[in-house]
Amino acid sequence: MVKADRVIDARGAYCPGPLMELIRAVREAARGDVLEVLSSDSGSKRDIPAWAQKAGHEVVGVFPEQGYDRIVVRKAR
Amino acid sequence: MEVAEERFSMVVFSGTVDKLFPVAIMASGAVAMGMEVDIFVTFWGLQALRQGSPARLARVSKDFEDQAGAMMQILQEKKVPSWYDTLRQAKELGDVRVHACAMTMDLFGLTKEDLDPIVDDVVGVGEFVDQAKEGKITLFI
Repeated sequence: MVKADRVIDARGAYCPGPLMELIRAVREAARGDVLEVLSSDSGSKRDIPAWAQKAGHEVVGVFPEQGYDRIVVRKAR
Repeated sequence: MEVAEERFSMVVFSGTVDKLFPVAIMASGAVAMGMEVDIFVTFWGLQALRQGSPARLARVSKDFEDQAGAMMQILQEKKVPSWYDTLRQAKELGDVRVHACAMTMDLFGLTKEDLDPIVDDVVGVGEFVDQAKEGKITLFI
């Protein structure tokens, strides 16, 4: 289990909220930082990896939890 | 996000909350995917962006006006940010330009000062179409 440098709790926010919060956080983060998004929005587990791939970041993993997903991304650029 | 810029354009003719929501959400999605967004607001869409209008707007499409109250209540209960705030956040995150339709401005006797500051400039349809043709996606809402 990778330890996140920052956890973004976007539970309760609807699409595109969690993704937008992550993008903002990635901009502030340093290269190599691991960011973890908690999202109860059902689209995030697909949306966020798709964005990360397009933006050139690494998807560490998507982990389903009770009623939400943990989506972990490493800033690669 | 320093990915290759692609263009995403929308003609926003409608001025009801239910139609402006997808405009704001689509703009956010396009920005998230690293695209440049051009929004051409015309007719009722421009009316919705008059000074003071965004906060007051509660109109929905005629087809579903019987459900307007319920929709607004759900949005409030679930703390969904308004279409206007969603659009503003998309602008903060990337390249989203809101263009007011010059012809609509003339028709309603509006100046740039009459519009909400989210509007970037006033353009003619020719200029907008010329920009839109460079893009892959153009929607009419």
